Amino acid sequence: MRVECPTNVKIVEVPCTGRVDILHILKALEKGADGVCVIGCLEGECHFLEGNLRARKRVGYVKDILKSLGIEEERVDMYNLSAAMGQRFAEIMAEATEKVKKLGPSPVRRADERFSNSD
Amino acid sequence: MIVAEQKPIEEIREMIAGCKKVMVAGCNTCVAICFAGGEKEAQILASVLTIAAKKAGENQEIIDQTVQRQCEWEFLDQFKENIADCDAVISLACGIGIQGLAERYPNKKVLPGVNTTFLGFPVEAGVWAERCAACGECILGITAGICPIARCAKSLLNGPCGGSQGGRCEISADTPCAWQLIYDRLKEQGMLEVMERINTPKLWSKSSGPRKIERDDLKAVTSEEKSPESKDKG
Repeated sequence: MRVECPTNVKIVEVPCTGRVDILHILKALEKGADGVCVIGCLEGECHFLEGNLRARKRVGYVKDILKSLGIEEERVDMYNLSAAMGQRFAEIMAEATEKVKKLGPSPVRRADERFSNSD
Repeated sequence: MIVAEQKPIEEIREMIAGCKKVMVAGCNTCVAICFAGGEKEAQILASVLTIAAKKAGENQEIIDQTVQRQCEWEFLDQFKENIADCDAVISLACGIGIQGLAERYPNKKVLPGVNTTFLGFPVEAGVWAERCAACGECILGITAGICPIARCAKSLLNGPCGGSQGGRCEISADTPCAWQLIYDRLKEQGMLEVMERINTPKLWSKSSGPRKIERDDLKAVTSEEKSPESKDKG
């Protein structure tokens, strides 16, 4: 499609967002990811019927955890689009990157850098 | 099953403040079924605590290990290696398991990661409701299989009370009246005459602790029992 896309996004493919677990999102944040996007099919069009709806609930749960930790819940978000929407995918990547950039680096990454600097 | 609920993160963080290495100990039986303390929940809690510690600039290592049950010595033994250099252990088992862990490792700071709430049934996905009060004197045979001790707010033996309106308990519109449920089921079974019986007071001393059951037929064979000759010598 030759659409421009930010290069700072690590894409992890899953057969359905229903496969994404709370632990996956948390581990990404624990290892220093500044933000996590869960991108699933349009609601009502999940090939596996409810996978994307379950993913939304799990993303909501992670947002609650982040709130209780005093970390911006906007770092993690769920987006819905069809696999055919290449342009929209690039838009989402740009949107999410901008949003997370405004929030600054993840507090976990800052801490890791502090520890490695003090070594 | 025993139903428990994980404690809030802030409460858990406060308990482990100042600890350098903490283990999150999961249990894969009851607390796994109510998604409070199984292997997945232990891993999630370990990750959350790690994120929180890093954010606070604390040097705190969190590890996790889950065993099948924390209410059996053989399973509790499996923690031995990993628990050795931990300053504290957050157990996600029910109160029984937490105490088992504390008794097996008396020199370790064992902390409760969950609040053990009640004995209940998973009525639907994500919903657990209290069913048994462990009163020690089961009368389910005369209440159509519905427990009035656990499910009636007043634990009435001869309900319903005047607060039963439209099949609901006066404490909340979400709570069905247990005696209404009992009546309905007895009617379905054509056994309404059971409702006319006056149920006499229970032996409530059986429902409070500390309770204990001993079965001599199941106890370990003693050395005296093994060698009858030693009995004669003694």
